[in-house]
Amino acid sequence: MRYLPLDEADRRHMLGVIGAPDVDALFADVPAPARLSGPVDLPGYAGEIEVERELAGLAALNRPAGAGPFFCGAGAYKHHVPATVDHIIQRSEFLTSYTPYQPEIAQGTLQVLFEFQTQVAALTGMEVANASLYDGSTACAEAVMMSRRVTRRRKAVLSGGLHPHYATVTHTIATAEGMEITRRPAAVDAEADVLAAIDSDTACVVVQTPNVFGTVTDVTAIAEAAHAAGALLVVVTTEAVALGLLKSPGEMGADIAVAEGQSLGVGLNFGGPYVGLFACREKFVRQMPGRLCGETVDAEGRRGFVLTLSTREQHIRREKATSNICTNSGLCALAFSIHMTLLGGTGLRRLAEVNHGRARTLAGALAGLPGVEVLTPRFFNEVAVRVPGSAAALVEALAGEGILAGVPVSRLDPTAGMDDVLLLAATETTSAADIEALVAALSRRIR
Amino acid sequence: MSLNSVGRPTRPAADAPAAGFASLSGGRGLLQDEALIFERDSWEGTGVDLPSPDAGAEDLAGLVRARPLSLPGLSEPETVRHYVRLSQKNHAIDLALYPLGSCTMKHNPRLNEKLARLPGFADLHPLAPVSAVQGALGLMDRLSHWLKTLTGMPAVALSPKAGAHGELCGLLAIRAAHAAAGQTQRRLVLTPTSAHGTNPATAAFVGYEVVEIGQTADGRVDLADLAAKLSDEVAAIMVTNPNTCGLFERDILEISRLTHAAGAYFYCDGANFNAIVGRVRPGDLGVDAMHINLHKTFSTPHGGGGPGSGPVVLSQALAPFAPTPWVVHGPEGFKLLEETEAEAAQAFGRMTAFHGQMGMYVRAYAYMLSHGADGLRQAAEDAVLNANYIKARLSGVMSAAFPDGPCMHEALFDDRWLEGTGITTLDFAKAMIDEGFHPMTMYFPLVVHGAMLIEPTESESLAELDRFCDALLGLARAALAGETERFTAAPHLAPLRRLDETLAARKPRLTWRKTETGVAPAPLAAE
Repeated sequence: MRYLPLDEADRRHMLGVIGAPDVDALFADVPAPARLSGPVDLPGYAGEIEVERELAGLAALNRPAGAGPFFCGAGAYKHHVPATVDHIIQRSEFLTSYTPYQPEIAQGTLQVLFEFQTQVAALTGMEVANASLYDGSTACAEAVMMSRRVTRRRKAVLSGGLHPHYATVTHTIATAEGMEITRRPAAVDAEADVLAAIDSDTACVVVQTPNVFGTVTDVTAIAEAAHAAGALLVVVTTEAVALGLLKSPGEMGADIAVAEGQSLGVGLNFGGPYVGLFACREKFVRQMPGRLCGETVDAEGRRGFVLTLSTREQHIRREKATSNICTNSGLCALAFSIHMTLLGGTGLRRLAEVNHGRARTLAGALAGLPGVEVLTPRFFNEVAVRVPGSAAALVEALAGEGILAGVPVSRLDPTAGMDDVLLLAATETTSAADIEALVAALSRRIR
Repeated sequence: MSLNSVGRPTRPAADAPAAGFASLSGGRGLLQDEALIFERDSWEGTGVDLPSPDAGAEDLAGLVRARPLSLPGLSEPETVRHYVRLSQKNHAIDLALYPLGSCTMKHNPRLNEKLARLPGFADLHPLAPVSAVQGALGLMDRLSHWLKTLTGMPAVALSPKAGAHGELCGLLAIRAAHAAAGQTQRRLVLTPTSAHGTNPATAAFVGYEVVEIGQTADGRVDLADLAAKLSDEVAAIMVTNPNTCGLFERDILEISRLTHAAGAYFYCDGANFNAIVGRVRPGDLGVDAMHINLHKTFSTPHGGGGPGSGPVVLSQALAPFAPTPWVVHGPEGFKLLEETEAEAAQAFGRMTAFHGQMGMYVRAYAYMLSHGADGLRQAAEDAVLNANYIKARLSGVMSAAFPDGPCMHEALFDDRWLEGTGITTLDFAKAMIDEGFHPMTMYFPLVVHGAMLIEPTESESLAELDRFCDALLGLARAALAGETERFTAAPHLAPLRRLDETLAARKPRLTWRKTETGVAPAPLAAE
């Protein structure tokens, strides 16, 4: 067994030192009826060659995003990740270390987290950010629960433009804690619809921009209405690249900004691992969930970093903690931060402009197809379009031709009554030829 | 002095400077001080070459940033150097034994990294048509089969993203099951005093009131106390097994019998499953729900604090309430069952936007295949053997918290043996850094005074275990001999000396901020 250094002679020697006759004696506390006499019914150990063969076989049954024209988005976006990112995150010192409990020998991880927090705060236009959460959807749920702690109110209003899976995750977790969740009806340009639902029991309003249908909205008026009622505004972004071009949540008056950071550095990974970005106003910092890294000095007065404000956390506060979270998404936060360091503000702006420009090309091409209607009034890199008939059937048919034509709304929310609506995204990885191939295939299918 | 042909001295001079030497630049040779990315003048720079946009953003008038985003961009060589320099300030499993009890820092096979990066897994969109992701769903199905077989449980929810997220999933399933049975009066969750902090935090998060169960003198759940506290108001017990003292709960069958007799469910914190995998199936112990930290038992990398992965195995009683989505096998291959379908009518909801940590599934499955049923059993045995070896070797000098009988995968010591030395558990732990080891878990579990919880894992050779034990014994003798300064001022040889955590919490500086002097960030409002 290549991963196990001990041999039989070692084991005998060690049992001798311990004073145990055999290894079974070490398991003597296991009640006899629960002891397995031999290995369970699964295959025996395998060499690298066999393992690689099985896994490569499974991988070959999938169609990767890079295999042809690709337009899926809806909360997970295909972006080019510079080769440097994956090289650095595989360094032993980052890959095989753990949560920096011993700051003297974890300054690498801690300085990265401090830089990450600063980058996220700047991107979202907020004052403070944490060291990341699992992903955008759980960050959204955590934001709603934090709004309860801040306002001591129980109601949350979710916009109909919020990603349906984010809404379900938030509903699942926040209602367990006793909150009341109001979800507004799905609509392409839905954000202002939340205004009527805000009242004096509202802890927060959750809006997404660009929303799940791609619509970009200035939510300043919603922030003002929420604040007038004593509620918080939570702004969700599922496409972090958009933050390079669009007004930041902070600029529009958000109290908490959450985002999915997968677009930078992380990749698609079939949905995970991803990285949840979580930022807020400074005055709420002690109600934040998750790990925080802060600056301090060592015994010789040199600058260093530590995990801090841990009196919010489960290992200190137990049942009184702000969240049950233990780990963050460290390695993905590192990947995000490296990609962001390579881009800089200038590069991210350019990347966002390239995405937006490519989406304009896509939207223009789609609008030219008879029977296809572009529904999204103002978009960043994703549009909702109405197609004749079932969008899901169309996607399946085009997949057969090697084109992954986007995400049908029915896949996200079959109850929305939008079976004929398809979401298509374009990024810097989408080529003009990809768009031509899509349009040609669509025009053959839609007659 | 011997000289080579161009007069270069080839032996060190006899009067080379000794300790106390300081470099002119402040660095320590190869270990360099590294400024923050914000402290260089790279605000306009970028290390990525991009094409020109196809079109402008005039259609987004009024919606774009008024001010440019102010973040530094570094060229590729500067970026690589920045992160490589930072990496050198970290300890890692790949450098030396990393005995963090309860965290299971075992070797991370690089084969698993390679396989997780196959485009057929890494470059897959979560919402691609199911016909385009049959291999990914197949892998999830096979992983589920292994997890169910190894635990003896009939169902598994893969999607939770970490151990604590798995606990949340398990308790939500339990809550849903009680609600379906009309048992809404069940508002209590019982946990032992020795539980991980996540257990009470999760229970409270779901709206339960937490009641602590006492512990016996030999480090196990106090059965009499448990029996006295069980009632028709108890929703579940949360018990870690092997427990956080590194001991197997001998009365586990009685614990589950009592729990079920009271109509409550048995949630097992599976953080320590690595000690028993292949030798004991939680299903045979009466467990109703247990999360499995794939980053512990199945060795997906800890990555400086995540991402983890926490699938939850469920009993027959809880299986119908599992969160969506899950993989089912139909006539046309695998498909994903979503929340709106009839078969998922009782699902309690959804844990995350997509299907969980696919990247971790690939690594964990590769790890399982590599070990096989026999190798996993051997790994558990070696982990337990290594911990008992450390316990035996150190017990002569340090005080084991529970000296009688074997431990499981971790050896727990207390600080009685340091009494009168003026040295604390923290001091001792920091001195380990100077010897090249990561400290053990300190001051946890809370039930043991000055706890030192040492988990070596199966990845250590006998030689490395001996090197570790020799180092600890050497330190222990120094402590008892009165070399107090070696400990109270430790670490001496780390990139930084001991850090002021009180200052960090009192005046939080959580982001770098530009100030008039251009360097020091302004603190947040003081407490």
